[in-house]
Amino acid sequence: MTQRGRAIWPWALLPVVLLAAMAVVFGQSGLVQFMRRGVPPVEELTFERVTLKPDVITVGIVNGGPDPVTVVQVLVDEAFWAFSIEPGSRIPRLGRATIEIPYPWVPNERHEIMVLTSTGLTFAHEIPVATETPSADLRFFAVFALIGLYVGVIPVAIGLLWYPMLRRLDRRWVDFALALTIGLLVFLGVDALHEALETAAQVAGAFQGTLVVAVGALGAVLVLQMASGGSLKRGGVEGRRMVALLVALGIGLHNLGEGLAIGAAYSLGEAALGAFLIVGFMLHNTTEGLGIVAPIARDEPRIMTLAGLGLLAGGPTILGAWVGGLAYSPLYATFFLAVGAGAMAQVVMALYRVLGSEAVGGAWTPLNAGAVLVGMLVMYATGLLVA
Amino acid sequence: MEHRSVLSRRELLTRGLTGAAGLAAFGATVSATDGTPSHTHDPHLAGTVGEVPVGGFDPMVFLEHFDRGRVGRLPSGQTLREYDLVAIDKEIEVAPGVFYPAWTYNGHVPGPTIRASAGDRIRVRFVNGGSHAHTIHFHGVHAANMDGVFEHVMPGEEFVYEFDAEPMGLHLYHCHAVPLKKHIAKGLYGTFIVDPATPRPPAREMVMVLNGFDTNFDGENEVYAANTVAFAYQRRPIRIVKGELQRVYMTNLTEFDPVNSMHLHGNFFHVYRTGTSLVPHEFTDTVMLCQGERHILEFTFQHTGRFMFHAHQSEFAELGWMGLFDVVEPVA
Repeated sequence: MTQRGRAIWPWALLPVVLLAAMAVVFGQSGLVQFMRRGVPPVEELTFERVTLKPDVITVGIVNGGPDPVTVVQVLVDEAFWAFSIEPGSRIPRLGRATIEIPYPWVPNERHEIMVLTSTGLTFAHEIPVATETPSADLRFFAVFALIGLYVGVIPVAIGLLWYPMLRRLDRRWVDFALALTIGLLVFLGVDALHEALETAAQVAGAFQGTLVVAVGALGAVLVLQMASGGSLKRGGVEGRRMVALLVALGIGLHNLGEGLAIGAAYSLGEAALGAFLIVGFMLHNTTEGLGIVAPIARDEPRIMTLAGLGLLAGGPTILGAWVGGLAYSPLYATFFLAVGAGAMAQVVMALYRVLGSEAVGGAWTPLNAGAVLVGMLVMYATGLLVA
Repeated sequence: MEHRSVLSRRELLTRGLTGAAGLAAFGATVSATDGTPSHTHDPHLAGTVGEVPVGGFDPMVFLEHFDRGRVGRLPSGQTLREYDLVAIDKEIEVAPGVFYPAWTYNGHVPGPTIRASAGDRIRVRFVNGGSHAHTIHFHGVHAANMDGVFEHVMPGEEFVYEFDAEPMGLHLYHCHAVPLKKHIAKGLYGTFIVDPATPRPPAREMVMVLNGFDTNFDGENEVYAANTVAFAYQRRPIRIVKGELQRVYMTNLTEFDPVNSMHLHGNFFHVYRTGTSLVPHEFTDTVMLCQGERHILEFTFQHTGRFMFHAHQSEFAELGWMGLFDVVEPVA
């Protein structure tokens, strides 16, 4: 690299230097104006987070467009209204601003916030049902921890209780449980991907939500594959334990995204009351516990290992609910959902390998193939209870 | 405009969860959904934030400015009033910081208030300095080729409109090039007053053109006003002397909304529909104006203090068509 390096590096820099020079020439020459033809600048503002406190609405906006945007007026429910904006009314590209509006909003009613820019364009955000945003006090953390507990931790823990049964099962039926786990993970992975893409649509344009999904999902696959590849290749007890860990991690990431969404919905007043659906939701998530224990059913794991795996899978729901309730951001939510989808894909690959190397009579016996389908159908059926 | 819910599929799912939260917290809900009374009912919070600099167009000056033209006399003895109107593309500030790419007569919206007496000869030299074909269509009685409809004046060209001012009343003028809605919404309009041969009784006179601006071009107005600038007369109330007769020439040139209106607080006014009669048609505190409809309103305040006047369409009022009269004692 020494003798040759001297020769190579200048050539590597040449295009970069040329590019920089071109950029300077382009910027100085007035070509920009020529190409714009006097067309007004494209403006794009995205609402990130709206919080409601008594008589005050606070709105976070981000400029995802190519040019700076100046917010000059704010309308609430089609009326010009007083407001203050921090750090300033001119929001640079990719910049953020917080608008505070002293407004006597009405609990449980719909409100609409609209900002008017200097060019006369409007950007609107609907608050479907106005509810006071919880403050970050002890009660908030307690309540959201309980939400997470009910939605994530308890169902997974209950699912883990299938372990004693799995341990006593015939090998064929352990394989069946593994294949069933593949089914549920495929279901969850597709769900996470769908949610990630849907949330990506709310991400400010310049942040390229869809590509955040691609990077997050593929990144998760690659990182997890890199970290777990050795153990998986060695197989045996170590390989199976790694698979269980990956299943728990994947489900945990999925539940983190779920928690984010729940917390955000709750704090943004998008969630209406209705209690009976929890039962269905618990059923839906309980199957996740089965997926974690299936790979290690015959390895007699310690109870602490099981508890740790359960916490890894269910705990993030609480974390997600906290973060979602206090600082929801479509960008981060998109990223975490995508990472969850990628993690799920990687686990499915790992599980398939386990099944391929260890299952009696090969991976795709009619029983195992049927199990994958059953896994998906179980998720679909329990999903009907919550969607 | 697009409304996106933060959550879609999860909405139902979370409905269950909110139940879970309530259940988990033993009924201790996180939020104040129990109808907590609000306290922020300060009337000063309504309206725009900031000021529109009056350097370019001052609604206060426009309010009381009447253009009687260059006065001459025809050989027949008839009074001649000559005007120059130039169509100019210009960005105008319709609310603090909100700029609208307008088409104007003489660089401001509304265009100049043209005023003559019944029977005067009006001669308007119109120069199109804009980027589109324009005309001036005067309401009134005149020849077909002076109607400003068929003779489109192309950019850089000019045209002379000549006709007698009749009938007496409150009229308007506007561009009649197609697409019509666009040319009016962009700001090409103004007031045309034809005084009766025997003038109306002396009064403090004002002209108000009710208009709106579709700043984002979605076919709806974002900003409403009397004389273009939202809340201009709320920011700077119009001073009125108690006991003095007030006369408002009010013309509705709002596009997109079929109807506008005027409501006066703490008082009633006489309505002279289209200004074509010297006898009032109505004594009221709220009057409706269709697109292009106009009335002369006369009133005298008996009490001092600040009195609102605005559209009785609350939406228009809160989007800018709102003003104040500040009634003061006459100076002794």
